[in-house]
Amino acid sequence: MKTFNIYLTGVGGQGIGLLSEIVLRAVDHSGQRVKSVDTHGLAQRGGIVVSQIRLGDSVHAPLIPAGRADLAIALERHEALRAAGAALREGGCLVYYDTVWQPLAVRLGDAATVTVSDIDALCRDRSIRVIPVFQPDLPDIRMQNMAVLGGIAGNALIPGVELTHYRLAMDDLMAGTMLERNRDLFDQRANE
Amino acid sequence: MKIMGEMLLRRQAFAEIVMGNTALVRAMVEAGTRVVSSYPGSPTPEIATAIQSIPKADRPFYFEFSTNEKVATELAYGAAVNGHLSTVFFKSVGLNVAADTFVQLSLMNIIGGMVVVLGDDPGANSSQNEQDNRHYAQMSYTPVLEPADPDEVYRFYLEAARLSRQHGMPVILRLTTHVCHAKEKVSFGQWQPAETDNTPRFDPANGPYIPITTLAIEKKRIALARLEVVRRHAEETALNRTIDHGNPQRGVITMGLPFLSLMEVLEDAQTHPDIFKLAFVHPLPEEAIVSFLSGHREVKILEELDNVLETQIKALAFDRKLPVTIVGKNGQEDWIGEYTPGKVHRVLHACWPDLLETPPSVNIEDPAPARPAQMCPGCGHRSAFHAIKQALAPTDITVADIGCHTLGFLPPYEMGQLLMCMGASTAMGSGLRLFNTLRNVVAFMGDSTFFHAALPGIVNAVFNDHSITLILMENGTTAMTGHQDHAASGRNFNETTDKIPVRQVLEGLGVRHIFEVDTYQQAKLKDLVAQATALDEFSVVIARHPCMLKFTREQRRKSGYRQKHVKIDQDRCERMHACIEQFGCPTFSRDANGGVTINTDLCLGDGSCIQTCPTRAILPAGEEKKGGAA
Repeated sequence: MKTFNIYLTGVGGQGIGLLSEIVLRAVDHSGQRVKSVDTHGLAQRGGIVVSQIRLGDSVHAPLIPAGRADLAIALERHEALRAAGAALREGGCLVYYDTVWQPLAVRLGDAATVTVSDIDALCRDRSIRVIPVFQPDLPDIRMQNMAVLGGIAGNALIPGVELTHYRLAMDDLMAGTMLERNRDLFDQRANE
Repeated sequence: MKIMGEMLLRRQAFAEIVMGNTALVRAMVEAGTRVVSSYPGSPTPEIATAIQSIPKADRPFYFEFSTNEKVATELAYGAAVNGHLSTVFFKSVGLNVAADTFVQLSLMNIIGGMVVVLGDDPGANSSQNEQDNRHYAQMSYTPVLEPADPDEVYRFYLEAARLSRQHGMPVILRLTTHVCHAKEKVSFGQWQPAETDNTPRFDPANGPYIPITTLAIEKKRIALARLEVVRRHAEETALNRTIDHGNPQRGVITMGLPFLSLMEVLEDAQTHPDIFKLAFVHPLPEEAIVSFLSGHREVKILEELDNVLETQIKALAFDRKLPVTIVGKNGQEDWIGEYTPGKVHRVLHACWPDLLETPPSVNIEDPAPARPAQMCPGCGHRSAFHAIKQALAPTDITVADIGCHTLGFLPPYEMGQLLMCMGASTAMGSGLRLFNTLRNVVAFMGDSTFFHAALPGIVNAVFNDHSITLILMENGTTAMTGHQDHAASGRNFNETTDKIPVRQVLEGLGVRHIFEVDTYQQAKLKDLVAQATALDEFSVVIARHPCMLKFTREQRRKSGYRQKHVKIDQDRCERMHACIEQFGCPTFSRDANGGVTINTDLCLGDGSCIQTCPTRAILPAGEEKKGGAA
């Protein structure tokens, strides 16, 4: 089985941990060999959270070699650009939730904010497929990650992982109302 | 839904996707560990999260967060000399705190067995340095097992526990950040709960346990002899791995996570060196290493951080007069940072340029502005720093300590200009005050750190009369590491307790000037800091506000919770940007025209910002703009 590398990123508090755990378990449910690692030094404090998931029989290290991600999943626009520029390989795929949490330098007026066209331009240069996700009517901002997960599943972005595998992974990790609400949103986005 | 606590206590063998920290807890259960202690610190807090997933009544061992790593080590030692297999875990620099006790352990006959789990942090992901704790192992004659992944975390702990109990000696299980946080499917064994034996088996006849003068020398002989026994075991253990490609030219000796990076990089190599991966990184299996060295013309020592293996292996080859070239570190950069696949590629390419393609440039340009960690929306520390900055002269000296409030050193506050380690701020500040009548000195301290390591510095400031101001940033929890309770929280890991109020502790220590204020009262805090720093004696300002991240999470669990947020009255906003540039809550965004908007994903509606706007353009949550601009 060919190696497939997934780089997930966002800002502390956006739910990267749960999203990553669902993807990891979905891959496992699909019967593929998988490893992952979370890097979240001070992430709880508004820094960058990164999680890396690697599929394949010849994967050893949990960390993806630089510039070798096949799929980048970002929950914020600045982090989407960063992932597309630094983590993705040429010709990879970027799926991101289009919300903006301005980094310090942008808020202080020392750096320009990242725009959608910045992302599109960089991805055009690097032949990266871009899939933005946005849903204005979300009842809870903490469900942005599920909207993105629906986008990943609906576009079949992870080889060999099907809708049922994602649903099984969600069943592993959630219960009750939380599971229902998240699964409804996931199904809605995945079937678009 | 899968329940972690249920999984960790399953009787039959099973396989599950777990992180290294969780695999460790299953290993503790299977090994029959009876006492576990810790002080929270990344990358290890998830070990406690896994422990907490087991209901207290079902937990097969006692666990506590102790007040600091030294106390945790002493507790685990006490339990172990009473016959209970114990484990203490903490982050890399925690061993510095524990060291006074830790270095003695190997001299003792620890009849129950004791495993010391270290969370080292190559790359300093969340620590003030990337110290290589193998040096402590050498200094204290303590064996070290080093796993590379969650599966090995599980198996190596079982081995460490077995050896420790068998020989009555401490054994270190050295984890690193991305071993703790790696996840993979691990196959666990069965668990047959043993009959609980609470007999207190401490017996001085098992000692002596008093290491002084000649006794200490005798105990050292025993420690060294036990280390030799472990060395012989390390020669044969099935936990070592040899990967034999039949290459008589080249070999690599490695350990831990760098082994996986090596395997990764070699996927792209034309030829493959043989590999010897050590399970024990102290003491070294000398005969196995000699045998490996003898089978190769050239051997690369691939180790993260310091050249601990290299120096020993070179000495060994010298003593045995082996005709082998040993390649160790090649320059300063090889001593620095985590051995990721990219780093190992560069290190290996520098050693054998023909083996791999030239590694890609290290400097990939980051297309997005940097995102340093921030204090959370509503954080009481932000209000505190905003107010304190106004109370101080620009030349005054501010001393940081460890905690979320360390982030005050960042713009726009720049509060806290020196940082060392847990609890160091008061005494460093006292030193900065000597001969210094021109610049006030203000030190910061968190409440968990207050109990952890701050008390001696505070006593010293009172005892030796150092006229600085300590600002105790009390948020009621150990926030940075994930909200563990501390002595003033009113709860320990297991149950509700009496709080040990910081004010009464300070009074008991003889602090004569104590001021208290909620940090959201910024004007009052500013005034109190001005009063305190004008005194000619040691003073403490307790600047209090509950951790808003914790508070908000608790609120969200209640039914009917709706996130509120403040609003900007755009008619009143004169774009003075005090909210963004001085107060600096991440909720405030700057739009393309220089206007200010509220990020409703982030804002809690706590309103701590309202008082910071010179034109009163920030409207409280739920309050609509009143008719007509002022």
